[in-house]
Amino acid sequence: MNDQEFYDRLKKVVSARLAVPEEQIRLESRYAEDLGADSLTVVDLAMALEEEFQCKIFDSDLDQIKTVADTLAYLRSHLSA
Amino acid sequence: MSLPVAVLGLGVHVPPRIITNEYFAQMLDTSDEWIHSRTGIRERRFVEENVCTSDIAALAAQQALQRAGLEAGEIELIIVATATPDHLFPSTACSVQEKIQAHHAAAFDVSAGCSGFLYALSVAVQFVANGSYRKVLVVGAETLSKFIDMEDRATCVLLGDGAGAMIIGGDGERNDFLSFVLEADGRGRQALYLPAGGSVLPASAETVQGRKHFVQMNGREVYKWAVEKITQVSRKALDQESLSLEDIDYFVPHQANLRIIEGVAERLHLPPEKILLSLPRYGNTSAASIPLTLEEALTAGRIQPGDLLLMAAFGAGFTWAAGLLRWSWSGCDGQPTL
Repeated sequence: MNDQEFYDRLKKVVSARLAVPEEQIRLESRYAEDLGADSLTVVDLAMALEEEFQCKIFDSDLDQIKTVADTLAYLRSHLSA
Repeated sequence: MSLPVAVLGLGVHVPPRIITNEYFAQMLDTSDEWIHSRTGIRERRFVEENVCTSDIAALAAQQALQRAGLEAGEIELIIVATATPDHLFPSTACSVQEKIQAHHAAAFDVSAGCSGFLYALSVAVQFVANGSYRKVLVVGAETLSKFIDMEDRATCVLLGDGAGAMIIGGDGERNDFLSFVLEADGRGRQALYLPAGGSVLPASAETVQGRKHFVQMNGREVYKWAVEKITQVSRKALDQESLSLEDIDYFVPHQANLRIIEGVAERLHLPPEKILLSLPRYGNTSAASIPLTLEEALTAGRIQPGDLLLMAAFGAGFTWAAGLLRWSWSGCDGQPTL
């Protein structure tokens, strides 16, 4: 899977869980400030990403994942591991 | 031996003192909109200072007795589910026994947090099904207002006080209870707990100063587990009876938080009209929430005899549980209690 495909899949999930149009989602988008997510929405998103990418996102890591770019980096490093 | 077990009576009590979201907005950095959009809660009830858990448990029990047409002396066992007991010991069930004058009843408490009502009910059903007892009183009762940190806006707005009682017993033909599934995972025990006052951290000046006698919760952790486990355990209870979600007339979830209920509903593909909610008016009343929700739906005429109810809960421990109930009792006297 190349980077673009990966990013597109991520954007789809973020769009669905946060109820924001895909065009509004950028790499630098911050979940709380830019996309209107509260703490439970972020958990909900993490659960959806775990399912989509068949991986484990640790609750203790959620505080570090603040933007779409953070999520991409996290998933990349945990999927290749 | 497995004897038929039926619901003989239901009763509830909520304290008259209504606490709206505005009450918290005056003390904390919060608002009605903030609380309602994040939790689904509009108001909850708090007891007065001189009222304890067994007081409201006894009031709920008395209504259940009266509707069942039973005398307290006919009750053979009392099980109280509570996370906010009168004392560490003796049990709140013993106080209820004395208050309702059920002098022939054995009495004990069940501690399973918000899953307490289903845990207690499943124990009660076993006792009736195996012939040990013929009339059992199960009460879920909480005075959470006494254990909430009014400076913690993440928890204090969620919780409320209330009590719900169900009397079950052998009634010849009627056999209302299908499967129960109870599960637990102690790894989650510190994600939702009351840190001090037990043998791990007995009361001291430091525990009081450190606000350790109040409910503490990791909301994200609880949310994640609750959504996953309520979904799984609901499916398991249905599978045991070879039933599917289409067979369910109403889903009666523990009223923790609208977000958790919506998360479960989405995963189970449950339409909103099948989900019973009392949360907006009472908040999260822990072990009392399922009987309160049943009462509200009964007096509103929503639950009808023959309806299949799927009850499910998740709570401190972690514990979680589901139970299937074929509703056949029609003893509500038409006077809305709630």
